[in-house]
Amino acid sequence: MKLRLLSPEHIVDINRIPDLDYISESDGHLKIGALAREHELESSDVVKNKVPILADTAKVIADPLVRSQATVCGNLAHGDPANDHPATMLALGATVVATGPKGKREIGIEDFFPGLFTTALEPEEILTEIRIPIPPPRSGGAYLKLERKVGDFATAGVAVQITLDESGACKRAGLGLTNVGMTPIKAKQAESFLTGKQLDDATIQKAAEVAASESQPMDDIRGSADYKRDLVRVLTARALTTALNRAKGGA
Amino acid sequence: MAKVPITVTVNGVEQSAEIEPRLLLVHFLRENLRLTGTHIGCDTSHCGACTVVLDGKPIKSCTAFAVQADGRSILTVEGLEQDGKLHPLQDGFFQEHGLQCGYCTPGMLMTGYAFLQENDNPTDNEIRHAISGNLCRCTGYVNIVKAYQYAAQKMREGGA
Repeated sequence: MKLRLLSPEHIVDINRIPDLDYISESDGHLKIGALAREHELESSDVVKNKVPILADTAKVIADPLVRSQATVCGNLAHGDPANDHPATMLALGATVVATGPKGKREIGIEDFFPGLFTTALEPEEILTEIRIPIPPPRSGGAYLKLERKVGDFATAGVAVQITLDESGACKRAGLGLTNVGMTPIKAKQAESFLTGKQLDDATIQKAAEVAASESQPMDDIRGSADYKRDLVRVLTARALTTALNRAKGGA
Repeated sequence: MAKVPITVTVNGVEQSAEIEPRLLLVHFLRENLRLTGTHIGCDTSHCGACTVVLDGKPIKSCTAFAVQADGRSILTVEGLEQDGKLHPLQDGFFQEHGLQCGYCTPGMLMTGYAFLQENDNPTDNEIRHAISGNLCRCTGYVNIVKAYQYAAQKMREGGA
């Protein structure tokens, strides 16, 4: 519209719909409304205490001024594999709520990104809520992104969310990858590899190699495909290490 | 495109206008209201020269339509000075040589205005994060950080 490339007859601005800007906890879930801004994630106590990976992610999206306006739900609904929250939501096992004339329906995040800039939303639906299961005790997560400068899309990004059992072995692992494929990628093989194992250095390194092999990057101005694949390996190992420390009660 | 009426409070003054829905907020401020203190740098959400404070939050006014500001309150750089007295941030940029060409300065001031409302005792690192969406191509950022610290101290002492 700015460049007069588009001149739509009508535009619906959802910004004035009341009561959609919440970040709240209920029924064992963190719920993020359609109008909750990235800036709010950075300063939310419930996020900081229970799902810190979300604050990690918000802090590296665009810049502080853009985050005053940008919404978390919009970051998913855009369907851009270069966006950061898709990987985080894949790692967390989130569900999104789509609302349309037929009412509400829930869509698992794994089924939400069928293709490039395409989502599972129907044309008459909007994304009104993200539901994230509150991680149980002994959980930790981290999001790491390499960007050339503040505000740039990721050269690559990796989201990791793990839960340990009482013996310290990995009970659940969620891994999401940013901007290394046509869609956000859930690194399922790396998740399976980690499940049931003690997360020593060798296991972390091996899981990082598996995650790298699941990425499908392309050569572009941000780097060669080989470079990005290796970056996924390095970031996965670092994110796993941070997630493990957090699961054990560290920062 | 049919024009729509809006009413926006800018620097405490209610302003009504009939505008095209596609009109960007920054163009509304500069061309309709002739408040040219807000600069257009990149027009693509990168540089932050066009930063204004909308209902207390700093935003890039090249990335909002003017109609979205209908019924809301905007502070621009012209609204910082009160009764002939510079805002502590403006004074800080003067005292610490926080500007050279001045192009980024209005945006730096407005980001700082909102930031210091939330945090009036920041570390240098917090300031650098706060201004990471505002680009300066002249002085570098050292003196801008000093100017923020100057203002923060004045504000803590009750200067504003």
